[in-house]
Amino acid sequence: MPQLIPEVEHYSLVIEIGNMPVRVNTGDREFLRILENRYAGYVTSAKNAEIEFDVELAAPGNADPDAEVHVAQQNGKWSLTRGDFRAEWEPAKRRGWIRQTPNPFSIDAVLRIVHTLVLAKQGGFLVHAASAIRNGKAFIFAGVSEAGKTTISRLAPPDVTLLTDEISYVRRRDDGYVAFGTPFTGELAKLGENVSAPIAALYLLAKGRENRIEPVPAGEAARCLLANLLFFAEDEELVQATFYAAFEFVKRVSVSRLTFVPDARVWELIR
Amino acid sequence: MSSLYLARNPRVAARSLDGEMMIMSGRDSTLFTLNQTATILWKSADGSTPLQVIVEREICPAYEVEASEALRDAETLARELAGHGILRISEQPIVPENPAGGESR
Repeated sequence: MPQLIPEVEHYSLVIEIGNMPVRVNTGDREFLRILENRYAGYVTSAKNAEIEFDVELAAPGNADPDAEVHVAQQNGKWSLTRGDFRAEWEPAKRRGWIRQTPNPFSIDAVLRIVHTLVLAKQGGFLVHAASAIRNGKAFIFAGVSEAGKTTISRLAPPDVTLLTDEISYVRRRDDGYVAFGTPFTGELAKLGENVSAPIAALYLLAKGRENRIEPVPAGEAARCLLANLLFFAEDEELVQATFYAAFEFVKRVSVSRLTFVPDARVWELIR
Repeated sequence: MSSLYLARNPRVAARSLDGEMMIMSGRDSTLFTLNQTATILWKSADGSTPLQVIVEREICPAYEVEASEALRDAETLARELAGHGILRISEQPIVPENPAGGESR
């Protein structure tokens, strides 16, 4: 009897960000290469992924990556949609699927969303912030676009390990918090190092005429942190969890305003 | 006596930090920072104490205002907070939906 069913190749890789391995399965070798390049430094050999996604590739069309993201939960399944992808994830089964065109941006958005959902339940979060490690301590530099995240990253001296210039990854651990490197880049277009360290301080960035660090009242710190958190889900429980996570963070981590001029001397204050 | 009763909406998240009461709507993630009077209403909104009693006990002594004027302002504020989904208001005592919800930590 001749073989009637053509054999389909399956490729897979594990992308591990923030100690959370996510397996991605695809039937397209070229897409696998795209992912290997996109997540260089974050592709691991972990066998037990916490989440597994099957990617179904669609032909390139008029997908709009700038369209609004919708993230909602129903009957234990998360539904994620944007102009350029549709995805579903069932936490209880640790599995999901993504339908997108062969590009690295759509899956990048899915990963960010999934990480925010997982972290929200664990007291952590993703935040619009650069972050870096110096002397074994992590420092977070939060701010909106143009606040100086990329600038301060560019100015970092050689003894500083950059974790990201755009999206910082924060996990709760014991009595404190740990920052992890992320492949989520901003203007610097350089992946962060895949390492982690306990967070020593959060700085709210502001450009000015001199370098100085000033204390920030706790309420303002919480407001500023909340304003910079990445959060997508239309889900009351997770909104509340994220709100409380921000307050716990500002209770336990020093938060200051860092005003700086764009030159390397600002790093003399960060130790 | 005003028969208005107030209760915290358990679907919001609330935290007090350095005397500032901040509330986030679970519905649309809007963040509110309450002023002092709104904070008094929030903290006193147990569903069973009439607004008039809250005003007489908490607001009048704090601000040295006439009771009728304070009550009028408090009613306006309570309705505004209800409009944002922060408080629930009713002309009957309100049975809490979830006693643990809408914490005022």
